[in-house]
Amino acid sequence: MLLVLSRSVRNNGRALCLHRRYASTSTSTKLNRPIDFKKTPILHSSEAAARSALGLPDDAAVDWQNLHSAVNSSLHHALKTDETVLLFGEDVAFGGVFRCSKGLSDEFGSSRVFNTPLCEQGIVGFAIGCAAEGMKPVAEIQFADYVYPAFDQIVNEAAKFRFREGSTGGHCGGLVIRMPCGSVGHGAMYHSQSPEALFSHVPGMRVLIPRSPAQAKGLLTASILESSDPVIFMEPKTLYRAAEEFVPRDPFTLPLDKADVVKEGKDLTLISYGQPLYLCAAAIEAVEKEIKGLSVELIDLRAIYPWDRETVLKSVNKTGRAVVVHESMFNAGVGAEVAATIQEGAFLRLEAPVARITGWTTHSPLAFEKFNIPDITRIYDGIKRTLEF
Amino acid sequence: MRFQNPAQQAAMPTYRIMDADGNIVDNTRDPQNAPNEDVIKWYKNMLTVSIMDVIMFDAQRQGRTSFYMVSAGEEGVAVGSASALIPEDVCFLQYREQGVCIQRGLTLKEMMNQLFANKDDYGKGRNMPVHYGSGKLNIHTVSSPLGTQLPQASGAAYALKIQSMINPNVPKRIVACYFGEGAASEGDFHAALNIAATKSCPVVFVCRNNGFAISTASIEQYKGDGIASRGVGYGIDTIRVDGNDIFAVREAMIEARKIALEGECKPVLIEAMSYRVSHHSTSDDSFAYRAKREVEEWKRRDNPITRLRKWMEKKGMWNEDMEQEARASIRKEVLREFAAAEKVKRPPLRDMFTDVYADIIPEQRAQMKELQRVLNKYPKEYQVSSFEGGVQSLE
Repeated sequence: MLLVLSRSVRNNGRALCLHRRYASTSTSTKLNRPIDFKKTPILHSSEAAARSALGLPDDAAVDWQNLHSAVNSSLHHALKTDETVLLFGEDVAFGGVFRCSKGLSDEFGSSRVFNTPLCEQGIVGFAIGCAAEGMKPVAEIQFADYVYPAFDQIVNEAAKFRFREGSTGGHCGGLVIRMPCGSVGHGAMYHSQSPEALFSHVPGMRVLIPRSPAQAKGLLTASILESSDPVIFMEPKTLYRAAEEFVPRDPFTLPLDKADVVKEGKDLTLISYGQPLYLCAAAIEAVEKEIKGLSVELIDLRAIYPWDRETVLKSVNKTGRAVVVHESMFNAGVGAEVAATIQEGAFLRLEAPVARITGWTTHSPLAFEKFNIPDITRIYDGIKRTLEF
Repeated sequence: MRFQNPAQQAAMPTYRIMDADGNIVDNTRDPQNAPNEDVIKWYKNMLTVSIMDVIMFDAQRQGRTSFYMVSAGEEGVAVGSASALIPEDVCFLQYREQGVCIQRGLTLKEMMNQLFANKDDYGKGRNMPVHYGSGKLNIHTVSSPLGTQLPQASGAAYALKIQSMINPNVPKRIVACYFGEGAASEGDFHAALNIAATKSCPVVFVCRNNGFAISTASIEQYKGDGIASRGVGYGIDTIRVDGNDIFAVREAMIEARKIALEGECKPVLIEAMSYRVSHHSTSDDSFAYRAKREVEEWKRRDNPITRLRKWMEKKGMWNEDMEQEARASIRKEVLREFAAAEKVKRPPLRDMFTDVYADIIPEQRAQMKELQRVLNKYPKEYQVSSFEGGVQSLE
């Protein structure tokens, strides 16, 4: 659907007009400026930065890559090193609607990289069966918005498989379900959703959301080749082409249950994951410029469930203030769990209520997207109000 | 212009080898070349299912187990089809396939451990009764959600196909996937058959059409020619068999297995017609929605056990004395394992937390500690002593 839209836009030459209508910002803004992905501190814009962040030697090869290419590299490596890895879903064979599986069917053959009928409950059920017989299936759901037909297979089956099999030894730990998620500027109700909170209420699954190409590569490779638990891997689709950075050429993995302190600080902890981290970084920059000597700590959860309470509590016990940011809606969102955990684990250190900057209690509306998702202004405001409490 | 009207199509025929009196009516697939001891084994396995049914149904009524589901009337479908499989084939069950478990070698001890959710239960006491499973017998553990096993079976079959491509030395295997005609109304049925056909998966779908999904008669379940007519629509080789005829079921399964593994592989659908003689489960009184007389008539007129018994008696390989002896010894063994399993301790409390993830996660460790604190503080509020290892298992 999205692909069709962007193609038609290119073909009839109205790209600029549409771009302006849906993605431009007014020239008077001070806070809500477009993210400059070349300059954001979130991405490794130099080879040295990538090497040091990932603890690589000085001569380690790194490549400039965007997120969909990084996903592709990870899938390529997994298919190449382990013959039990399979990749399938709707329109995966020709390269996928977001190009993540480009070239893989040609290289690894149609028995390992293939299209399925258009049926999400079938895709996930099929993948569970593959994993139950010892394969490592990577199933793609075309948009996270369309995962609900497979909700029963994920919640009642994949998540509970090892538990109910008990000592028979049966499990579907080789399973990975990938899905593009999050807002994209014009995705409206069914090309914008972030259903991670629904899955974080289900023991048995691991839920991950990478923020960048390098993270996507390291986390996806670990999910496919190393995880003994089924994984839901959510890819912020707005970053597929926008986020580019230096990524290690050689295969590597990242831990699946650890948060990442993106930036250290002493006065407030800002907690987020995925695409909003870029907005958080911009908001921090604005606040720190305004208040001399202030430093805000930025934490990327990476693992939505099971998640790294320890890192978050350590940080809030240091700073005494916390703000949680996510795109999906407020009620029972990931922020609720993070805030409740902070209340329990840092009660005596808290100097302000934990703020939650999230999507409003509504659906993702096409014309109103900019007013619904957390933006730099709202995050800036949340930080300021928490500091001033 | 002419619309195809399903009412004008002939119904798919029902394949049978022997009639209700145990006479062979189709000599082209005469099962008489099967060794007598095999036939007797199948018969005894069906008898075991039926004897266990009565004992466990009563045990539930006495409150000694929490739940039970009998298989009365469907023993032939389960035992007959399972007898055609090799041990390496993989089975996905719905829940009314005790005969498959017994035919594949699940012992009465193992079944009783499951029913009593004791510490020797492979499911570690986590599942409701009749949710059997066995790693060594290649039977995936039953789960309650209906139809979910169907697309899983397609995927598992695809995995087996890929594995035999990777390693041609492993025996070629199929997946046998069982479900009722009610479950065939679920979206997962559609998903499973379509993906199995398009991806050429060596899976045999066995539908037990017993006329009822709890209280819902099949007339309210579908309007077409049963489940079999749908198989053809998905491009799947399909047969309808008489489920009370163990020979017909067995022969159909032998042929289906062969078809499933031919060439590039493909799925097969078998619809086995039977009648659910019993209540749906111990939580159901079926006389609330159907006449007792109708059920009694079915029981008397035709069932898979008496049909095979008649055939065996005609062949001179079975008689009343053997029948009495077999019934008595099976009953004795069932009661012995019943009594033994009832005495075995419950699984350790720790198993409430294990196997959710491959490893216990930090959040669970904290909760195990918290549960331990509560149990130690309020010892009189909980019966911990019947659980293996007591509170200490939470360490």
